[in-house]
Amino acid sequence: MAFSVYNSFMAAEFQPGRGMVLADAVPGEPLIIFKDVRLGFDEGDVLRGISFEVSPGETKVLLGESGSGKTLIMKLSAGLMRPDSGKIWVMGRDVTEMTERELLDFRRHLGFVFQEGALFDSMTVEDNVAFRLREEGVDEEKIETQVRQVLRFVEMEHAIDLYPADLSGGMRRRVSIARALVDHPAVVFYDSPTAGLDPVTSQTIINLILRGRDTQGVTSLLATHRVQDVFGLAHYRFDVDSGRVMPIAANGAPAAKVHNVSPTNVLVLRDGHIYFEASAEEFGRSSDNYLKQFLASAT
Amino acid sequence: MPEPTESPSRLSRLGDALKRWIFTFQDYVYLSFHALIDIFAPPVYWIDTLDQMHLIGVGSVPIIVAAFFSIGGVLVLNTAAQLTRFGMASLTGDGVALALVRELGPTITALLVAGRNASGMASELGSMVVTEQVDAMRALGTDPIRKLMVPRIIATALMLPLLAAVGDFFGLVGGFVMAHFTLGLGAVQFWTRAVHALVFGDLVQGVVKPFIFALILATVGCYQGLRVTGGTEGVGRATTTAFLWSALAVLVSDAFLSRLFLSMYK
Repeated sequence: MAFSVYNSFMAAEFQPGRGMVLADAVPGEPLIIFKDVRLGFDEGDVLRGISFEVSPGETKVLLGESGSGKTLIMKLSAGLMRPDSGKIWVMGRDVTEMTERELLDFRRHLGFVFQEGALFDSMTVEDNVAFRLREEGVDEEKIETQVRQVLRFVEMEHAIDLYPADLSGGMRRRVSIARALVDHPAVVFYDSPTAGLDPVTSQTIINLILRGRDTQGVTSLLATHRVQDVFGLAHYRFDVDSGRVMPIAANGAPAAKVHNVSPTNVLVLRDGHIYFEASAEEFGRSSDNYLKQFLASAT
Repeated sequence: MPEPTESPSRLSRLGDALKRWIFTFQDYVYLSFHALIDIFAPPVYWIDTLDQMHLIGVGSVPIIVAAFFSIGGVLVLNTAAQLTRFGMASLTGDGVALALVRELGPTITALLVAGRNASGMASELGSMVVTEQVDAMRALGTDPIRKLMVPRIIATALMLPLLAAVGDFFGLVGGFVMAHFTLGLGAVQFWTRAVHALVFGDLVQGVVKPFIFALILATVGCYQGLRVTGGTEGVGRATTTAFLWSALAVLVSDAFLSRLFLSMYK
């Protein structure tokens, strides 16, 4: 029943993820690589030697308490911040070595959904979503078509002329997802996309992420403190034929293998380190006391 | 008995404060320099620039008109009493014109725009920073310096000299009205003296000063906004700081500029 609103939306015109993966990316190699990344502030180190990889098509969920450094990892990945030490490669490019000018061009190949949406207050929903396309000098007629398609994808076409102040928290997130996906990026960063939302709206947001993943294989890095998001992504898939979100797992078999769905892996942060990294299934079966605290919150 | 914790000496605290101040100034110069360089390299966001010109220029006209009309009148009231003692009431127009065009026009206009727009820039950009809109802009591949700072600098630099000219004119109108009703000066006598009192150097000063003040106001306002830390409280702090620093910088630079123009146009 949780998916009934979502399933009423069947149009599949918009297909994110068709964006060019940069030439520097080696086929089959990880699209995101963190190598011994450290970052600290006056109060002390927040990230203490973080290393992980995200493969093409993979959804990597960063799980951790508030202040564990999830947002920092997202911002470091997009080159919005620089680490104190360590290396970060995204689509084959070392973002720690790029100048801000180079990064501005590079980020046009990425999508970024901010925690509170970060929509531009002074612009309508249409102008927010069209922002990147206008910056790239795309023809206005094409922009209008593309914006309407992506807004239909997130079920927000009716709000095209509204301002962010007129939108609810969930609507803002959906517009933010539309803005991130409008140019078909190959890699999308979701920074706590369900934070502060009610369970039904959170599920709608997760369904949108599922759809991006399963229709075009968008590679994503998703930060969250909600374990429900992990299982929402790991246990469900978007069925292109029926246009519905369906459960994947059958008889306890690894979800991803049953329907050839891109894997969802979990990376748990604690005290500036990676505490746990494995598939969502292994995470769900874990008997570790700290992880159990997260798992308990899902029940 | 617990060991008393060693507190940093006054000298080291002063040293730290000085280092922070130098770092802030260096950061301001770096950001402003980049923004000024960006004015001459495409893309320049002309639509945003026009919006800002409307906001700063048209939006400031009523306050400039009201302020300068009053200032012109007060100038006449104060100078006329002295000039009348020496039988030189007819020189009232000279005094008002020179004071307005050389000094009060550029400076008071800059202070009014600092209160209205430099603080406005700091609060607007600061709000965008704390709500991650500036990061969102960067994530979408757009340079916030070009998109947000450059249009505000161009708009202020183009509008402030015009606003100062409007202020000068309405200051003279206010002066004339006061001179007419208190000293009985005729329109021809007042305006002829006022116009003839001005030389080319005064006009140059009346345009160049507000232009330089505009660069100071816009860069300080944008800098304070783009470097906001500490959430909404930080935005409030930046708004106040933007006005204080820009007003102070205008007044200090005015002293140097006045000396420079006096030596150029003796």
